[in-house]
Amino acid sequence: MKNYWQIFKKGIIAENPIFVLALSLCPALAVTSSATTALTMGLSVMFVISMNNMVVSLTRKVVNPKVRVPVYITSIATIVTVVQLVLQAYAPDLYDALGIYLALIVVFAIILARAESFASKNKVIPSFFDGFGMGSGFCVALVIIGIIRELLGAGSIFGVKILGDWYNAPLIMILPAGGFILIGYLVAAWKILTNHMEKKQAERGEA
Amino acid sequence: MEYLTLFLGAVVVNNFVLTKFLGLCIFFGVSKNLSASVGMGMAVTAVMVMSSALAWLVYHFILFPFGLTFMTTAVFVLLIASFVQLLEMVIKKHAPALYNMWGIYLLLIATNCIVLSVPLLNIESNYGFLLSLVNAVGSGLGFALAIILMASCREKLRLADVPKSLEGIGIAFILAGMLALAFLGFSGMI
Repeated sequence: MKNYWQIFKKGIIAENPIFVLALSLCPALAVTSSATTALTMGLSVMFVISMNNMVVSLTRKVVNPKVRVPVYITSIATIVTVVQLVLQAYAPDLYDALGIYLALIVVFAIILARAESFASKNKVIPSFFDGFGMGSGFCVALVIIGIIRELLGAGSIFGVKILGDWYNAPLIMILPAGGFILIGYLVAAWKILTNHMEKKQAERGEA
Repeated sequence: MEYLTLFLGAVVVNNFVLTKFLGLCIFFGVSKNLSASVGMGMAVTAVMVMSSALAWLVYHFILFPFGLTFMTTAVFVLLIASFVQLLEMVIKKHAPALYNMWGIYLLLIATNCIVLSVPLLNIESNYGFLLSLVNAVGSGLGFALAIILMASCREKLRLADVPKSLEGIGIAFILAGMLALAFLGFSGMI
């Protein structure tokens, strides 16, 4: 059990897909102008990546290594289509808000990377936890960015007004430029945080 | 006139990288080096135009008439990935000089969001065949413009004294933010 926790945890902090690996950045900027869309996107990716890791792991012994990439892509595309249809049916507003970025989950580098580097070599359950951890890390990063941008740019979180009328919201946070700059600083903050944690862990190990 | 507006719009006003955030992985990955950026820009433009044409034909002659539009995403991604592989093989065989120059970029863009998104957007906006091609050329050149600008800035940045925690990808994001701010000046032009 502890082992699974380790696999799960590394996806969130030490190998966070957005802040550390800098993979699949397009959605991190495009759908994070509000926290709600960021959360939807994060959950969709979490679902796709865990499911795909399981499928890849289940079929790892029957798939010929030469054709593995097309097989992975087909599997990802199928799962994404399921997500698209479900969201279209039950949450049409969110489906419209995410727009083309939902279809683009198909080509997220992080999903293919996890299939290739983890799921194709490991058993089903660890693969699921790896996907779940990476997906959660992605989701957490997206929601952090979404909350900051929505709070600063519109004075609300998840559509609920937090800051009163006195707050004169700077539009730049909602615009693309603000997103880029914010992520730049968040990457730096993440680096300081992980360095600090590693140092603490090393000290504890020595003591 | 319609074509010109669409073209200019795709190049500067709705620049794919800086206003729609597509193709960021290669935008940050390749822009460390100016000559690689030029190659990447050209390769993306060429692949984008060809795959847009192919995807338009497949959508309007196969997917739509047979009521298979729900499979658009899956079909397009497989179509483009296999087309790029084929293109790579053909170029390798018939134009080795070209392959040596730009070949490695082709594989990198086989499954990339910017190449997939243009065909999808063309279908979504109901563009005709020619209009789709114009949109693809414009978007590709817009991408090339952005990545070349970014690479030139990053080459200068190598000599600058950057705070330790911002080094690498952090400062690149802030730089992209500045570029996006500059491109904001084009909005409302069309």
